[in-house]
Amino acid sequence: MSSSIETVRATAPSVAEAFAASLPRAARLEAHGLHHRLGGRAVLDRVSFRVQPGEIFGLLGPNGSGKSTTLRVLTGLLVPEGGQILLDGQPVAAGGRRLRQGMGVVFQSASLDARLTARENLLLGAALYGITGQLARSRADELLAFTALTDRADHLVVQFSGGMKRRLELARALLHEPELLILDEPTTGLDERFFREVWERIELLRVQRGLTVLLTTHRAEEAERCDRVAVIDEGKVIAEDRPEALRQRLSGDVLTLEARNPEGLCAELAARLQLSARIVSGKVVLERERGHELIPRLIEALPAGRIDSLSMHRPTLSDVFVKLTGRSLQGGAAPAADEGA
Amino acid sequence: MERAIEHTRPQRSLLAEEFSTITTLIRRDTKRFVREKSRVVGALLQPLIFWLVIGSGMSSTFVLPGARGVDYLEYFFPGVVVMVVLFTAIFTTMSVIEDRHSGFLQAVLVSPGSRASVVLGKCLGSTTIAFVQGLLFVMLAPLAGFDLLAIDWPLLLCALALACFGLCALGFAVAWWLDSTAGYHVVMSLLLLPLWILSGAMFPAGNAVLAELQRFDPMSYAVSAVRRAMYGGALPNSTGVVGGSTLIELTVLAGFALLAAGLSVQLCYRRR
Repeated sequence: MSSSIETVRATAPSVAEAFAASLPRAARLEAHGLHHRLGGRAVLDRVSFRVQPGEIFGLLGPNGSGKSTTLRVLTGLLVPEGGQILLDGQPVAAGGRRLRQGMGVVFQSASLDARLTARENLLLGAALYGITGQLARSRADELLAFTALTDRADHLVVQFSGGMKRRLELARALLHEPELLILDEPTTGLDERFFREVWERIELLRVQRGLTVLLTTHRAEEAERCDRVAVIDEGKVIAEDRPEALRQRLSGDVLTLEARNPEGLCAELAARLQLSARIVSGKVVLERERGHELIPRLIEALPAGRIDSLSMHRPTLSDVFVKLTGRSLQGGAAPAADEGA
Repeated sequence: MERAIEHTRPQRSLLAEEFSTITTLIRRDTKRFVREKSRVVGALLQPLIFWLVIGSGMSSTFVLPGARGVDYLEYFFPGVVVMVVLFTAIFTTMSVIEDRHSGFLQAVLVSPGSRASVVLGKCLGSTTIAFVQGLLFVMLAPLAGFDLLAIDWPLLLCALALACFGLCALGFAVAWWLDSTAGYHVVMSLLLLPLWILSGAMFPAGNAVLAELQRFDPMSYAVSAVRRAMYGGALPNSTGVVGGSTLIELTVLAGFALLAAGLSVQLCYRRR
């Protein structure tokens, strides 16, 4: 018996190892208190978040919320007035070389040379990272295949569609095998098909290479596909969590009932089922946990013909954003305040 | 312990990174220029016509004081060489603005190379193009009565290279600062055309005031050095900058180039 215990001890991790493993791993990228003002207005107000290795992290917010400014800081295009950036736990200088070395960036606006071919753009991109010759050519071929552009490799980019350009940008961002891929509004202006195409590739990269992805978006359905999301508004991060957990901040499902007499229905619901409902633009709205269990009870309790329709949806990140900020994601930025000094 | 988390990525030296950025940008701009044949031809044809029309129109009335026998087409030729360089530098450096608008500049700025290398790469790319255009035009010198074999080539190459780089670096600074091609053209024309006319490219300084002004015009030194080289090292009388010499001309051109490059780098580090 004692010998077997000895064996277990020998193979078990030492206390120090176990302790080390229990510590949280250093985040791949950590922004800490990023602060920047433009014209007296704080465009970044102590922005902090952590992107863990191998995760897809989304910055969700309407246009003008500070997402793009955050990316400009992280890619070294803008040096903020304050704050710290850590890569794998090590502080790196804002705008510094170390920051630029390890990341691939896909901008929202095109950043290709339209007068060169797809392949030339890739080789040019590779050369900027010191990758030349056979290695550059084989990586370019590989990524052209990955982005389904092989048959267009020697066409001038000026002839490409928006979706093809976006795929080529993605290919170029991956040439130097970055540890962190940054995507600024990766699917804005793309139709549903391209949306799916881009996301299939993002997810494939994460699975195949363990790539860490940081993206910005103002689309709730895009944020839903991230592992974790930071909700950003007016330069502040107001929540950082998994999409599921963010949605749970709303008390449950949203049920919408339509009836000819909403007030009467409201009173009836209160009297018969002890439910407190609100009337929102002529419809009866219930926010309720486990809404699906309520539906049969509603149908049974109410006389036939009492309601015209009944629908339920789980809260989306759009609903969450409204709840957190009082504004809608689509509404865009808050009206420009005249607080500039 | 901290060091242990370093990435497995092979670390390239700082110099290698900067070198990549510089050579990549040079190759890209030259490749684009060669691809556009119309630009190559246009950059030669326009000055050629300019030289022929103005040169032959003026030749009947032009008398070079103190150096009779130099006809106007001959006098004007070195000035047009500098004009070729000037126009090419203006046009190619304008690509900085196009690159910013097309977004390509962003992709360069997020790559590991420093901004100083971005400036150097862009300026050297434009310099290469302007230099080659200038040289191509010099090949037409026999039309103006110059003997290609009698040219002081080392002086010509040095003067052209320095003038090209200085003009491109100045163009970069203006392009970075302005961010509009129309505005860029206005500023560059207002700034450089008067300097070119004053430089002695079209006429020698006729009076003391002009001669004094010429001494503060970097273009005068470019025209002077090119003309000196075309005559095999010895300037005809009463042409060129007052008190000029090969050494002074090249020094001024080098100083101008350094100053303009310094200005560009400084502007470029103010992030935009």
